[in-house]
Amino acid sequence: MAIDSDVLVVGGGMAGIAAAVTAAREGADVRLVSHKASTLRQASGLIDALGYVPATEPTTPLREGPPTAGRELDRDEWPDPEGPLSDPYEAIDRLPADHPYRLVGPDALRDGLALFDDLVGDAYLGDHTDRNALVPTFGGSVKPTARYPAAAASGLASDDRPALIVGFRSLTEYDARAFADRLAAAGVPFDVAGAEVEFAEAFRADAKVTRLAKALDRNEEIDGTPAREALAKAVGPHLHDVVDAEGGVDRVERVGFPAFLGDDHSAEVRADLADRLGAAVFEIPMGPPSLPGLRLEDLLYDALDAAGVRFETGTPVVDYETDDDGRIDHVLMDRKGTKVPYGAEAVVLATGGLVGKGLDSDREGVREPVLDLHVPQPADRYEWFVDDAFGEQPYARFGVRPDDRLRPLDPDGEVAYGNVRVAGGVVGGADVAREKSASGVSLATGLVAGREAAREVTQ
Amino acid sequence: MTRHTGNDDTDTTEESNGTNGTERHEEADDGTPAQPTVPELGRDEQPAIFVPDDDEDGTTGASAGDETDPRTATDGGVESATGGSDSGDLSPDAYDPIDVFPEGDLDLRDGADSCYKCTSCDTSCPVAEVDDEFPGPKFQGPEQWRLKRKGDHDIDESITSCSNCMRCDDACPSSVPLSQMHNEARGQFVEEQMEKLSVEYIRNRILANYRTSARLASMTPRLASFAMNFGPARWAMDKLLGVPKEREFPEFATTTFREWWRDRGGAQVSNPDKRVAYFHGCYSNYNTPEVGKAMVRVYEHFGYEVLVPPQKCSGTPMFANGMLKDARRHAETNVENLVEAIGEGADVIASCTSCSMSLRQEYPELFDIHGIEDVSEHTFEALEYLRIHEDLNGALADARPEDEQAFAYHAPCHARNQGLARQAVETFREVDGVTMEDVGDSCSGISGTYGWKSEKYEKSMQIGEEMFEHMEDADGEVGMTECPTCAMQMEHGTGYEIRHPLQLLEETLVA
Repeated sequence: MAIDSDVLVVGGGMAGIAAAVTAAREGADVRLVSHKASTLRQASGLIDALGYVPATEPTTPLREGPPTAGRELDRDEWPDPEGPLSDPYEAIDRLPADHPYRLVGPDALRDGLALFDDLVGDAYLGDHTDRNALVPTFGGSVKPTARYPAAAASGLASDDRPALIVGFRSLTEYDARAFADRLAAAGVPFDVAGAEVEFAEAFRADAKVTRLAKALDRNEEIDGTPAREALAKAVGPHLHDVVDAEGGVDRVERVGFPAFLGDDHSAEVRADLADRLGAAVFEIPMGPPSLPGLRLEDLLYDALDAAGVRFETGTPVVDYETDDDGRIDHVLMDRKGTKVPYGAEAVVLATGGLVGKGLDSDREGVREPVLDLHVPQPADRYEWFVDDAFGEQPYARFGVRPDDRLRPLDPDGEVAYGNVRVAGGVVGGADVAREKSASGVSLATGLVAGREAAREVTQ
Repeated sequence: MTRHTGNDDTDTTEESNGTNGTERHEEADDGTPAQPTVPELGRDEQPAIFVPDDDEDGTTGASAGDETDPRTATDGGVESATGGSDSGDLSPDAYDPIDVFPEGDLDLRDGADSCYKCTSCDTSCPVAEVDDEFPGPKFQGPEQWRLKRKGDHDIDESITSCSNCMRCDDACPSSVPLSQMHNEARGQFVEEQMEKLSVEYIRNRILANYRTSARLASMTPRLASFAMNFGPARWAMDKLLGVPKEREFPEFATTTFREWWRDRGGAQVSNPDKRVAYFHGCYSNYNTPEVGKAMVRVYEHFGYEVLVPPQKCSGTPMFANGMLKDARRHAETNVENLVEAIGEGADVIASCTSCSMSLRQEYPELFDIHGIEDVSEHTFEALEYLRIHEDLNGALADARPEDEQAFAYHAPCHARNQGLARQAVETFREVDGVTMEDVGDSCSGISGTYGWKSEKYEKSMQIGEEMFEHMEDADGEVGMTECPTCAMQMEHGTGYEIRHPLQLLEETLVA
């Protein structure tokens, strides 16, 4: 006997969750399976829709022959992308014709973001406008993003209140002073200073962000002082560090910390610190491992639960069977050595891209490993990339190519399996890193795939 | 001891001058170093699959490798990467680094190379969240594995702070075999670096061999239950052995599951087409036979013939304490008896998620015992198996328990990697009269024997804090989980009665 459901979603990230909740809300019985814990924990926690439109043509025509990596020839060069965009929706028309946004349309992005707003409630902001917010991230750059955690709200670059950026010597991936200098150099409309304070030194040198967050959550005593008080005391002497253009000294009105201000009780930690400092407190999104990503994972899985979706992690899909009509009849899950069939009327594949391992690659080629879907790619490996690291990298757009109903296409452009939909990073055509569009693509395609899968079931 | 080049004390160079003329020592006379600078375990050149006999351990690994190809001791240079041939062929086709290692040995290199340092494992680690001394699973796994390749590094003592919850396995997007690496490193640490007369070793050995104590206690269960929780005795145990006095020992059943099984005359259903072999483990036998009885009644309700083969400990507490020899000894008995049951057409069913995890994952990862793969492939958790093979939701559609009940359900860490973390919630949430609330994905903090050590008790309770809070927020005043030690922690932290899903299934379907 197979474990049956109407819709089976493979993949536990943003796209899979959007698809699963959408299908469940359309009345389908939905099951979501994920090989591993969601890679949302590696994500910044920002919800980008579209921040830039990168150029797809080089400054001068590409030379004949392979890229020059490692050789002394003229390297190709690419113009800067258009952006940062203030309105992600109006720029969609300027993306390549086979971009996922062009397939599903701007309304899908709008609906996807509305779904997200509904799932996370007041933990996120930005839904009051179509325009992008500008959020400083830990590299010192300012990122255009559609939604941001409430924890980052006081940190927006468009805010003109003077800000202090706090760092810790033991947090090596982040230097508060360099960060503040870069913000100032970028011409932000506020005065800013960076300060390195003693706090994280109380922990082991390579303490995990989760350790710091837990200590603040529990307000553990550090050398006899409760953690939140100790942190506020360390920051206190720097509240007047900011110097404005006239050389006058301001007391800062907001203080930014790397994103480790609590996990389960983060709102309480921020409020407590703000109270002690007499200034607004915000978090700066960090690279992986990311607490905003972990918190988002918790929020979205609670939402899955509330939507009545069944879900399980820890077991991979290893095989599949088709029926007489060439549709997926069931997939086989490896449950510690035993293959167990999971049947479904419709399947949504949302396994992620090259990082999420929804796409697999080696010297021979790039593959979609779960359903062996077709991934178009140049036969010559040297055509997968160009010299300019920030240029139009063909590999960045690798992925399964679907029709406008997100049904995957085979090499002849025909629908591969009638009851399969694809969503998120596994879909090709977007360069999400350059466009700053990863979450938006996942939400828009996830929503459409979920809707389509539910329709497949009710038909 | 700072170098781990020998197998035990008898393997010193002095003794190679004739005390025992093994093949290996004769090589020393040829000018080959008698003790290549390679570590014992976790090394691709070595038989890292645990072999109990010290002498065999030495000769099968290093010397076999030395005889055939002394270059296996190098670490991936071009020469060894091309199989040590003189051809000088550097084309990628000739490059196959796996081939240089003797076939059949456990090769953790592939796993270590798969780590791209994303640190997802560290963020999933409940111990790293509270323990400033613990460097986290990424260090304990791939990083320590690399360090010890050179042979002059001790295993870091912090490996004993890993609670073996195995959450890192589930977190790793690259499928690095973290828990396997931890088990190996811990086994090596205990075997080679831990003082065998230390209180810590003795305490850990007693905790790991729970079955032995439980068997003795069960001979006089009432006395044992009293004596184990007798105040002065507990004070002494805390001071002398490091077993925290705050914890209450579980009560021993006056009739064990096996006694009950024997008294009822064994299986009541005979069915050659639907057979299961019940791996009850120690706890269902000695402490909570009601779970074992529920398993039997539920499975018989669905027409299964239940076998109860002879069995010992699944090994979980032994892995967690690095007692791999003890675990292997028990595994031999288990595999032999379970393979026989499988031969009679049975699948193996465990009611404890740590037992099923051990049989399915740790057994084939750590031991090379004939039939062990069969056991792994045929083992399931009790509720999981019914959900696969029976229409459980259909059977429950019209059923309801006698009284309305609300439960605060905690998914054990070991249920996660088996895909079982949500099974109880999904099975029962549609049932009339049952409210089943998931109290979240945090670890209970006890991790088998971890929370039973005085020096870990505080940490254990800090880890559990989140679960206790969520349990108290939940509607239910009764806890539910599949893992007996999680149940102890849940009860300890909240005072709730804790039940097993099989008991609710029995009450809803059979009673």
